[in-house]
Amino acid sequence: MSERIDVKKTYKLFINGAFPRSESGRTYEVKTSKGAFLANACQSSRKDLREAVVAARAAHNGWSKATAYNRGQILYRIAEMLQARTGEFVQEIMITTGVTKVKAEKEVLQAIDTLVWYAGWSDKISSLTGANNPVAGPFYNFTIPESMGVVAAVAPENPSLLGLIESIAPVITSGNTVIVLASTKAPLSAMSFAEVLATSDLPAGVINVLTGKKDEIAPWMASHMDIDAMDISGLSSKLTSEIKVAGAENLKRIYSFKGATAARITAFAESKTIWHTIGV
Amino acid sequence: MSFEYAPAPESRAITNIKPKYGHFIGGKFVAGSKHFPTINPATEEILSQIALAGKSDVDAAVKAARKAYNSTWSKMPGKERGKYLFRIARILQERAREFAVLETLDNGKPIRESRDTDIPLAAAHFFYHAGWADKLEYAGLGSSPKPLGVAGQIIPWNFPLLMLAWKVAPALATGNTVVLKPAESTSLTALLFAEVCQQAELPAGVVNIVTGDGSTGALIVNHPGIDKIAFTGSTEVGKIIARSVAPTKKSVTLELGGKGANIVFEDAAIDETVEGIIDGIFFNQGHVCCAGSRLLLQENIAEEVLHKLKKRMEKIRVGDPMDKNTDVGAINSKEQLAKIVELAKVGDAEGGQRWSPACELPKKGYWFAPTIFTGVTSAHRIAREEIFGPVLSVLTFRTPQEAIEKANNTPFGLSAGIWGEKGSRTLWAAQQLRAGVIWTNSFNKFDPTSPFGGYKESGWGREGGRHGLAAYLKSVSNEKGVM
Repeated sequence: MSERIDVKKTYKLFINGAFPRSESGRTYEVKTSKGAFLANACQSSRKDLREAVVAARAAHNGWSKATAYNRGQILYRIAEMLQARTGEFVQEIMITTGVTKVKAEKEVLQAIDTLVWYAGWSDKISSLTGANNPVAGPFYNFTIPESMGVVAAVAPENPSLLGLIESIAPVITSGNTVIVLASTKAPLSAMSFAEVLATSDLPAGVINVLTGKKDEIAPWMASHMDIDAMDISGLSSKLTSEIKVAGAENLKRIYSFKGATAARITAFAESKTIWHTIGV
Repeated sequence: MSFEYAPAPESRAITNIKPKYGHFIGGKFVAGSKHFPTINPATEEILSQIALAGKSDVDAAVKAARKAYNSTWSKMPGKERGKYLFRIARILQERAREFAVLETLDNGKPIRESRDTDIPLAAAHFFYHAGWADKLEYAGLGSSPKPLGVAGQIIPWNFPLLMLAWKVAPALATGNTVVLKPAESTSLTALLFAEVCQQAELPAGVVNIVTGDGSTGALIVNHPGIDKIAFTGSTEVGKIIARSVAPTKKSVTLELGGKGANIVFEDAAIDETVEGIIDGIFFNQGHVCCAGSRLLLQENIAEEVLHKLKKRMEKIRVGDPMDKNTDVGAINSKEQLAKIVELAKVGDAEGGQRWSPACELPKKGYWFAPTIFTGVTSAHRIAREEIFGPVLSVLTFRTPQEAIEKANNTPFGLSAGIWGEKGSRTLWAAQQLRAGVIWTNSFNKFDPTSPFGGYKESGWGREGGRHGLAAYLKSVSNEKGVM
């Protein structure tokens, strides 16, 4: 009996709810921690980024105007889908990063719990960060948090799955749409996670996932005039200054974080203050 | 029958303008080396000579601010810090008339506005923030939020004392010390404020005021001894500041330009709306970052609104800012007037139809008649660029969706207005607009409890309200409960 040959996965990008290859036709080799060949990942180009921004912008109005309850349920749905595929992600993380099964399992379970945590935030953030302002006049004045728009995120190299989820979950919680550049060295779990997203009722374009070189794509993100903000938690601090200078062209809000915090949601929210005139 | 207004001039006797000023550093007035004149833009009269701060002046101010931060201000209990702010609020109220007259002389804005808006709001800002000083742990920034240190603050000429209050009050309430630079053309009320600090016995160095032009501002922005930059001014300069501080650890808040849409739906109460349009664009000669400078009229009522607007504009009294009956005063400077004139010419060249009421402008000083341009489209420069003067661009729309699209079609996102009697539609429109401050059936209202600031290229951060405190505090990183 001849040995059965495995069917290997082709890793592509995730843009506007579909899985295209990079328009550039470029790929790069993803290897195990010991240096063995694993897969060819797409090396995204500036044009891929621009396609993703178009998709993210188109998705923004619908996603930001969806009810907080709806956004929370979709975030929770993503967690459900990830939970069901835990084993696959554990394997993928182990093989790409060389960590033990216990460690890989811990990362995946924490990633699921992080999604659940942010799912519950979507309909609370407004109550906690909004305000009724007692102005000295006949006005009903209130401040509410709103989405900033399109956010570009550079996910940390490590942990590749948890870091990616920490970069996107808080951003979409308040109604932003996002383009995330995954870990360069360990991009496989990010692309498998895109499959999770594709089966979670998430509207196309809300989350777009790219793989490739950070020092190539991040500056294009910073200078793109239709990106409103950036999370550069996964970027080498050597690039921070260059990114901020380029981002100043449209006054992008650019932040860096560690771990899953509520501040990560509010950083990508704008405060809108509305004065309603009171009178008979 | 027509009624004429007799002149009702405010006296300037209450002011005591010195022939020459220095800087206010470490609680004392110190002489400057170079000077430049500050003028009354309504008469071109030279009011005084203002010192131009150079590197050594800015260094001395930063040093004084750091010393005050380390030795007294950051250690003082919030309860006591707050009392100084309350004192300042009270002194501003006591000397309100003097401040109002001085502001009008130096800025050119009508005395009615400096008296009824600028100065009372400046006092209110200190009173409001005074009460925060001992309650910062309730601000949603963690159990013990900390001040940032020395704040460098650069303010514009359109609301000189009020912008000083927006900057200094929250910085002091949160335990920071400041180096403030007023705008080149309007330094006098900031220098009078230095006297208020002395009367309030504010510890030396907590507030330092250096005067000068853009070169002084750049020295502050790039000073290594400063922890935070707070700037109000043009988007152009805001971007320069953002680039300058990119390699540093400085915190930054920016309050920048705007091109506010003022949307009038078909069911609006027309007479009230016309008053609101006037307030939106002609308040403070249109020198307002959040001015309603793009009027969006629903097509079926456009003719009626424009007719009534023009009739109302014919009643606007332009002239002597010191006259209590004056509605629109002088343009703040020769440079600003040149900018307005140039952009209005562009409006003509691009095919807009210009209209101004017949009004006699004074021979001396800097003046621009209230002006509207009709037949403007979203592509015209006068619909895209901030004019910062009494010039209104009028566009029309057919459906509410089209109004929102046009309103949001701008790199700015500071303010917007909505006029209409149907509550659900005004709420819907407020939800759709991408702007930080929205007025429904009103325009250009301000209050210290109400956060102010913009989306997109209109700036970073908020001023006023609980939200404004975040600009001057850092929370313990990753502490639970920090929003």
